[in-house]
Amino acid sequence: MTHNPTFLIRGARPLGGDPADILIRDGRVAAVGAPAAGDPAAEVVEAHGLIALPGLVDLHTHLREPGREDAETVASGARAAAMGGYTAVHAMANTDPVADTAGVVEQVWRLGRDAGHCDVQPVGAVTQNLDGAHLAELGAMADSIARVRVFSDDGMCVSDALLMRRALEYVKAFDGVVAQHAQEPRLTEGAQMNEGVVSDRLGLAGWPAVAEEAIIARDCLLAEHVGSRLHICHVSTKGSVQILRWAKSRGCDVTAEVTPHHLLLTDDLAESYDPIYKVNPPLRTAEDVAALREALADGTIDCVATDHAPHPIEAKETEWSNAAMGMIGLETALSVVQHTMVDTGLLDWAGVAERMSATPARIGRLSGHGRPLEVGEPANVTLYDAAATREIDPAAMASKSGNSPYRGTTLPGRVVATFLRGTPTVLDGKIQ
Amino acid sequence: MRHLLSAGDLSRDEATLVLDTARELAQVSSRSVKKLPTLRGRTVVNLFYEDSTRTRISFEAAAKRMSADVINFSAKGSSVSKGESLKDTALTLQAMGADGVVIRHSASGAARRLAGWVDGAVLNAGDGTHEHPTQALLDAYTMRERMGRLEGLRVAIVGDIRHSRVARSNVLLLHTLGAEVTLVAPPTLLPVSVGTWPCAVSYDLDEVLPKSDVVMMLRVQAERMRAAFFPTAREYSRRYGLDRDRFARLHDDAIVMHPGPMIRGMEISAEVADSPRSTITEQVANGVSVRMAVLYLLLGGSESAIGNGN
Ligand SMILES: [Zn+2]
Repeated sequence: MTHNPTFLIRGARPLGGDPADILIRDGRVAAVGAPAAGDPAAEVVEAHGLIALPGLVDLHTHLREPGREDAETVASGARAAAMGGYTAVHAMANTDPVADTAGVVEQVWRLGRDAGHCDVQPVGAVTQNLDGAHLAELGAMADSIARVRVFSDDGMCVSDALLMRRALEYVKAFDGVVAQHAQEPRLTEGAQMNEGVVSDRLGLAGWPAVAEEAIIARDCLLAEHVGSRLHICHVSTKGSVQILRWAKSRGCDVTAEVTPHHLLLTDDLAESYDPIYKVNPPLRTAEDVAALREALADGTIDCVATDHAPHPIEAKETEWSNAAMGMIGLETALSVVQHTMVDTGLLDWAGVAERMSATPARIGRLSGHGRPLEVGEPANVTLYDAAATREIDPAAMASKSGNSPYRGTTLPGRVVATFLRGTPTVLDGKIQ
Repeated sequence: MRHLLSAGDLSRDEATLVLDTARELAQVSSRSVKKLPTLRGRTVVNLFYEDSTRTRISFEAAAKRMSADVINFSAKGSSVSKGESLKDTALTLQAMGADGVVIRHSASGAARRLAGWVDGAVLNAGDGTHEHPTQALLDAYTMRERMGRLEGLRVAIVGDIRHSRVARSNVLLLHTLGAEVTLVAPPTLLPVSVGTWPCAVSYDLDEVLPKSDVVMMLRVQAERMRAAFFPTAREYSRRYGLDRDRFARLHDDAIVMHPGPMIRGMEISAEVADSPRSTITEQVANGVSVRMAVLYLLLGGSESAIGNGN
């Protein structure tokens, strides 16, 4: 990454608006507007027709390191993030060892800083070793150099109502937020896919929508009662959307995310028994997909988060019930959002910037990300060719794992360049 | 027909062809020399990840009566128990040149997955709580032999529908063949979306029995009780067991079926199981004929099933 620190991005359309030149100098946006009074020292990036967005921020990424470096490392995940247009990702805590101490979150934070392609913000576990019973040292993680603000037992639900209440209260001391993986455990024992017509036909144990909705309803009421911030991970059902809408109307300080795959894919894909479509929460019905899109458009769901979940080949080339849950998503997220939200007219590019950059940065309290493309702001910029189409080939991706449900399909759009504080991490669609 | 993975894959004509072929082949079973040369030189692998001696023996007898080479590959004592993946096993079978693989597996969809990894025909001999198509075919065969028809036949299937691969395959096949199916179970043992299935549903066995030509009793496993699907075995038996009193509510021509293995006293009383109107032992014999027919239709190519004798 030995590039001229000054760049002139020529002719890009900030947030899809009128073409403008963007001058980047010393890691900040130095000028935005009409064809710039050229800085002769600047390296020119021709960007005519490209959309310029603030660098994307992911609230929900599994980087697998430490523990499962065969699936992903912080370095490979950071490259995948950059290739997807991200400048910051939140690394989930369900690693091995679990990120439940200051020591582990600082280790992940350092790995991210060394990787350099993307800011890696560790998420801290809510409970020790994700046991759901004993609070982890949340304050120590908050006070560490990793400055943890998002706490989550993701993969596991904090199902004990009293423990959830305590966690919600406790993190107020350092402006933290608890990100809940909403899954009532007893209702989902052995669950394999969405419970409904398809699961009944396929003989796969069902994961009922109510198991998500019941926890969301409970936690919204708890958060309201104790006056805490609550974030709901990967909302997947129409009923959850209705509960969130109701909770927000009561003034509950709740935010929510939706994954790209829940905006596009449905449970009937399980008919093939190909576990590439096995994910938690599971793919739902077309009616749920429609409700999620509408909720993301109207702001009931605040942001898009990838739940990028890399797994090695053998974890998916097996019987459905033996297979691991999860799919990679960093390098396809923006394309799926374009396909489901922009090309359908539900969201404009300013809306995409808000839901994939500004809002997740605000929820995660990342002050240097999700900023507007304005003079003086950190130069975190993504250039995106919305007119391109590409066939998805996981083998060509930067992620170490290939478990993409979009393999072989065609999606719109392509990330052309990503700048992290003025340094290109991706240029001409290639990792730098 | 390339594989037999689901009873729903069979059209009415295909299903009828299986039953007609089975009938032809049944005659062989009554001869003193029970062997046909039809599948000579073909290799059939019985790949059994679940203990099911009765089903494996039935397939083995069927393949051997057609002169196929049979390889039994059971999970016990093989590389499978050492953790070899289904995919690696599939590649081994592929390298061995298996023409047909009969698979029994505890995971729903295992047969479908296997079919994606081998060139030979895959025959689903029961996959998890998904399907068991040859069981449905032999049940349909047994009903047709006993009752003379399937069209319009009123069939009650009673028991743990939710977890039953037999029920799933029977509902699909009997619907295809024109029978009228009613599922009878406590609501906890029915799938949530059962209302979308091509059959009727009742919680009341006593109400259904007098209107049934066939009553098929499914096994109810004791572990369901521990998971609170019903309170006690006694209450289950009282509400859904086929005892002598309930048996008396059936009309005189009605038959009683059970795919086995049965729990006498729980879902069916001993005197009902042993009555002449019970088809339980016939079902075993018919199983061989039906499996011969399926193997023949999947692997036999153009020769006639019985052949010209040589
Ligand atoms: Zn999760």
